[in-house]
Amino acid sequence: MNPAGYSEQVRRAWAIAKKDIRIYYIKGPVLIFGIFMPVFLFLAFLMGSRQLPLAFLVSGLVGMTLFFTATAVSPAIFPWEGQAKTLERLASCPIMVEAIVLGDMIASTLFGIGITLITVVIGLALGLSLIHGITLLAAILLAACCFSAIGMLLAVPPTNVPSNIMMLSSLLKFPLVFISGIFVPLEQMPPWGLALAFCSPLTYFADLVRYSFTGSHFFAVWVDIAALGFFMVIFTAGTMYLHKRTMPKRM
Amino acid sequence: MYTVSDVIQALDLTKTFGKHTAVDHISFSVREGEIFGFLGPNGAGKTTTTRMLTGVIPPNEGTALVLGFDICRSPVLAKQGFGVVPETSNAYTDLTAWQNLMLMGDLYGIPRGRSVDRASELLRVLGLLERKDQKVQAYSKGMKQRLILAMALLHEPGLLFLDEPTSGLDVQSTQMILSLLRDLNQAGTTIFLTTHNMEEANRLCHRVGIIRAGKIVALDAPEKLKVAIDRVHRLEVSFDREVPADALAGLDGVLSANRTGDKWQITAENRDAAIRSLVTFSREHNATIVTLNTLAPSLDDAFLRLTREDHP
Ligand SMILES: Nc1ncnc2c1ncn2[C@@H]1O[C@H](COP(=O)(O)OP(=O)(O)OP(=O)(O)O)[C@@H](O)[C@H]1O
Ligand SMILES: [Mg+2]
Repeated sequence: MNPAGYSEQVRRAWAIAKKDIRIYYIKGPVLIFGIFMPVFLFLAFLMGSRQLPLAFLVSGLVGMTLFFTATAVSPAIFPWEGQAKTLERLASCPIMVEAIVLGDMIASTLFGIGITLITVVIGLALGLSLIHGITLLAAILLAACCFSAIGMLLAVPPTNVPSNIMMLSSLLKFPLVFISGIFVPLEQMPPWGLALAFCSPLTYFADLVRYSFTGSHFFAVWVDIAALGFFMVIFTAGTMYLHKRTMPKRM
Repeated sequence: MYTVSDVIQALDLTKTFGKHTAVDHISFSVREGEIFGFLGPNGAGKTTTTRMLTGVIPPNEGTALVLGFDICRSPVLAKQGFGVVPETSNAYTDLTAWQNLMLMGDLYGIPRGRSVDRASELLRVLGLLERKDQKVQAYSKGMKQRLILAMALLHEPGLLFLDEPTSGLDVQSTQMILSLLRDLNQAGTTIFLTTHNMEEANRLCHRVGIIRAGKIVALDAPEKLKVAIDRVHRLEVSFDREVPADALAGLDGVLSANRTGDKWQITAENRDAAIRSLVTFSREHNATIVTLNTLAPSLDDAFLRLTREDHP
């Protein structure tokens, strides 16, 4: 066994993920928040804009659910653990910072996927038909990884005060939802709105979900997938690099 | 200066926080199989040094070889071989003791079966087996500290760092931890121990390093430190009959002799020479020695002397 080898580090990242799921995700309030927040957003939204078709709304709901759940808890994990000094324990264990970040990402990816599948089931129960199931699954998987990397990026500022980070991440997350074609179809957006939408990974995911439920799409499917993959790689590499640099400042 | 059997080699370690230099170019080494005590007053830089040695914070200058690996360049390989009991207890309070130990096993790449065996054994030795499925939240300070020690030992490290492991614990927990440390050391584990407790250091450590304001001011065996600190030695002697004071004071190696009660307080430049002269004296004067004590300076004395601001 080479403790510093990739396979061993990935195995240790999985230990981190299991720990996260146990401590931070399988908690009543977190689960309830994860399920109810998108549902309520969606209901508010359904009452406000009756002229939009249900398929469009459900696509938006699935997009929001995945985005909010995959980024809900992870930004606060480092501040929490920094405060509780458990981060110091991890820092003295034979695990690289990259593997700790990977573990946190795996946990939020799994949480995001789990809750999102529930929303999909709700959509199906409301009578929607799923046209491209495989595409939807692939899209959820890819986007969950991408969004969990965003969640970890939000945790980069080395503060050990969880509420600061939660504030900052809400400040960044809500605007991102508004520019991503969830509330307004991309087709109805002004050019500057579209330009903004291109910069948000959520746009491509919402487009894929819409394609899966209705068969119509704004971008080609491969463009959506390539864009999500691109964002995922950039964000993952970026968050690992930045956390490696800021980790000592948390101690 | 350094040999292959040095388990820790600190090389010019330096850490600054803003303008304040917490640890100032310190170099020392810890040999394989020894218990090394790291002493110093509050704020001297003990914890900062320990954190640099264990790869928790990077030094500004210098580095350390720990178990033969550069802690800055190959942190994972170095960390694989040692265990750490940090200053502030840091088990996951939302997990049970058992879950904390299993997490450690996974983080050190220990096969699950082995982790289970080790965890049961350690919990038994440390008296926590019955409470193993309780969340750490509900643990007392002493129980937490014993759990932290178990977590540091799960992967059977050859080197153990402990930062004030017994501070704030009762006699029972303290004894349990110290006797475990002694057993571990007997079995070959090298121990780097930070402590405030001179008595503990005196009884446990083969060598101690004393740090003051970020600099090492002394590095030796506790006995030698105690002796080195006082140039003048004190002896206490009593005889079964009256002896003349000036005869005692004139003995070879004796500086002065004062009577208190039925004993004589002797100061000597050379303890060995003074004792030999006292024995000869008793034979020549037919005076039996009833008691003879060497009043060694305590490690406390040495420590206070060495860490006083005006000391060079
Ligand atoms: N994270 C930090 N930021 C700023 N200053 C620090 C930090 N950690 C330690 N220091 C400073 O470095 C100096 C050494 O601290 P350190 O904790 O190493 O002392 P110590 O010898 O362990 O003391 P104690 O016996 O109280 O535990 C102190 O002056 C402390 O204020
Ligand atoms: Mg300290």
